Amino acid sequence: MAKLKKQIKSNKHKNDLKENKIQIKLKLKELGEKIYSDLNSQKFPTIHFPSRSVRNIVYDKQTKQYILGSNTVSRTASNIKHIRPFTQLTWLAFFANELMSNKKSSTLRDVYYSSQAFAVDYDDQSQSDSIITDLESVISTARERLNIYPEERSAIFGDLDIEYTVPGYEGNRLNLSSHPDGYLIGPSLSTADFVDTSAEMIIAIEKGGLFNRFVEEKVHSKYKAIIIDTAGQAPRATRYMLKRLNKELNLPVYIMTDGDVYGEHIAMVIVSGSAGAAHLRDLTVPSAKWLGIWASDIAKYKLPTIPMTEMDLKRVSELKRDPRYQKGVWNKELDVFMKIKAKCELEAFSKYGLTTIVDKYLPEKLEQAKSM
Amino acid sequence: MSKTKTTFSGISPSEFFYRNRDLAGFSNPAKALYTATRELVENSLDACESSQILPNIYVRMTPIVEHLHESEPRTYLLKVSDNGPGIDPSQAPNAFGRVFYGSKYKLRQARGMFGMGGTMAVLYGQITTSKPVIIHTSIDGKKFYKFTLRIDIQNNEPVVINKEIIDGNGSTGTTVELLLTGDSFRASAKVHDYFLESALVTPYADITFLDAQGKIFYYPRSTKTLPKRSEETQPHPHGFDFEGMRRLIHETDDKTLRKLLVNNFHRVGPTTAVNFFKFANLEYNSNPSDLSYEDIVTMVDAMHKYDSFLPPDSHCLSPLGREILNAGIMNELSPEFSTIAIRPPSAYSGFPFIVEVGLAYGGKVAHGGVKLYRYANRIPLLYDEGSDIAWQVVKDLVIDKKKAYKIPDNAPLALITHVCSTKIPFKTAGKEFLADRPEIERELKNAVREALRKLRLHLSRKSSQEAVKRRRDIYSKYLPLIAEFSKDLSGKKTLPNFQPMLKTYLDELEGDN
Repeated sequence: MAKLKKQIKSNKHKNDLKENKIQIKLKLKELGEKIYSDLNSQKFPTIHFPSRSVRNIVYDKQTKQYILGSNTVSRTASNIKHIRPFTQLTWLAFFANELMSNKKSSTLRDVYYSSQAFAVDYDDQSQSDSIITDLESVISTARERLNIYPEERSAIFGDLDIEYTVPGYEGNRLNLSSHPDGYLIGPSLSTADFVDTSAEMIIAIEKGGLFNRFVEEKVHSKYKAIIIDTAGQAPRATRYMLKRLNKELNLPVYIMTDGDVYGEHIAMVIVSGSAGAAHLRDLTVPSAKWLGIWASDIAKYKLPTIPMTEMDLKRVSELKRDPRYQKGVWNKELDVFMKIKAKCELEAFSKYGLTTIVDKYLPEKLEQAKSM
Repeated sequence: MSKTKTTFSGISPSEFFYRNRDLAGFSNPAKALYTATRELVENSLDACESSQILPNIYVRMTPIVEHLHESEPRTYLLKVSDNGPGIDPSQAPNAFGRVFYGSKYKLRQARGMFGMGGTMAVLYGQITTSKPVIIHTSIDGKKFYKFTLRIDIQNNEPVVINKEIIDGNGSTGTTVELLLTGDSFRASAKVHDYFLESALVTPYADITFLDAQGKIFYYPRSTKTLPKRSEETQPHPHGFDFEGMRRLIHETDDKTLRKLLVNNFHRVGPTTAVNFFKFANLEYNSNPSDLSYEDIVTMVDAMHKYDSFLPPDSHCLSPLGREILNAGIMNELSPEFSTIAIRPPSAYSGFPFIVEVGLAYGGKVAHGGVKLYRYANRIPLLYDEGSDIAWQVVKDLVIDKKKAYKIPDNAPLALITHVCSTKIPFKTAGKEFLADRPEIERELKNAVREALRKLRLHLSRKSSQEAVKRRRDIYSKYLPLIAEFSKDLSGKKTLPNFQPMLKTYLDELEGDN
């Protein structure tokens, strides 16, 4: 019964994607028409979009994430300093439109090099990347929806049947537990339909080593879990994937990180997004739970520690001022970090045997999470 | 007084210089080779210029070795030829074989003060190789006199070993062939700098230099304008010293102090002289030879203090002038922009001087901040740049106030400073850098400022032109691209009609400029 229910949801998702794609293409076309008609009426074309300056990034209590405020910036071809970025942005919109129409995908680096075929020059890739972020702001759409992906990839493993939608693979199905190293979360997986699963939870884990340990120890079957390796700070494609798994399959998301301030923040970004993507939605899983390693677990489980550096302590103070860290476990654990001035890694559990983290720590923390 | 005299006569001038050759720039084989070359070339240039002849100078430096790879220092044959007026055959042995001591009384601007440098080179060659010097000279082009001579150091006299008369080829001039111990490996960089920097201020000369490796460096003539010939002048009272006065009184036939002053000093008339002796508390009718040692001291002191002497005039100076300086800059530096600032004549301690500054920017001028070429009486100064007052001025104005003159970092900038005077205030006997006389510093500052102001104007004009060009290029490139992408993005069949607005925009840009 559960399986059937999820299948219906995933069909809904399929429609969503198509609808979404039409919407995005429409936005791009509108942008083109606006510029075209400005030029036709002898006006230097101008576009407005939300400012991404630090002063315009505000915390929204309702959605519990950073969003952009009401300030806008304009970019106009009449300004000598704007005309080149304006051209780059127009080209990028055109290029993204081509990608979507031809069902091709592109990496950030590909975009940078592709520009050269059109006499649109960038100083370097970071300039190209920044124009991509501008276009995201202009049409309020993540670059991944425009088929533009970063190089960074993370992995997924577990009992989930997917059906590809990318050209040449449409209709092909795959079970994501067929390969023990996991599958890269790339453009094809991100856009695939979810068909069927027996999983009851998602466990996102910060490190490749622990991801492999979890697969070996059959966490996916013992706990009916889909395991995701975020490979450090989760890339957007992975956050989007977590969001979809949570929303479409209605599965709870649990996060395991190293016991340090950076680990805590990896979990926070999955829960409430990053300031850098304040112009985007649909990348957060507000219900996701951070299992650990908490600072308080270090003493509780007698874990071997590493002293915190000056930089670590500075980061703790920074996060203490962040509105997302003012309550609950987030706030409490920062205080403990500040007090013990020590941190530990997930591998620290190996001191008590390789399977301790799976046999003892994971079930205890899952139990604890229920009450959070 | 007679005691002093005895001390001097106990040692001949030649011997004095022999013992003190370090002072004259012959301290080691490398420096000696450079100094000898430079002294002979400067004698040639001076000779040509004083007769208003466009100089053709040929210099060859040939190692005379038994084994090809004989190490430095080794013997060199230095040959310097010019097309100058030649030297009267009766004077030629003295000109090169005797060190003149104190004979020069009248002042005029020349590269060398006493014509001593050439003789020093001969002396050095003789000391190091024991070989005589060979001089060819012709004053009429019909006959060439060839002297083989050496210097009798103890008696300060030329000894002519051989004298020949050869048929001339129609042109006048002098050739010196000199054997000396040198080190061209170590001297090479300075020698080449010397020729390059000389060429910069002598564009009216045609100079060929064949170096020790057999490479030819040719600096062709680019202008036929010679600098104005400098006139001889008497010394100005402000700049005269005790020793000079002592000797003048010893030699003069003037019977009164007033006549002595009027006949032997620059811009002193009878009235001025009378007024001066009142000021000095000396009787103007007294006979100079009656003056005591103390009287001479009193008189010279008063000459320095008395401020009603007329200032020196500058007829005795021979500045390069705008045309020559510009021709030199264009020839050797090929800049994008050049300007020249010439200050009116001024004086320090009774010596008239003129400061000229040339500035070259961009083009073939090397990047790297500022390159300074210093000259004094047209001699390039190659050593001790940091101690020179010209460098201090350039540092203050160009380096420390770079922003005020809008000079970019690492600018392709060269400055030429030329100070000409009847007496250059060299700080040391090495004659390599100028002492910081406040009058000279002030004039250098004014000249460099004037040149820098013109540079600033040039740079700001250039940058506004470049800004317009950049705008033009940017709009001509990007607006059509925006039109094209917007056409494709909106799915239209034809380009938007953007050409009229682009044309209007570019026309307005031209108008603003």
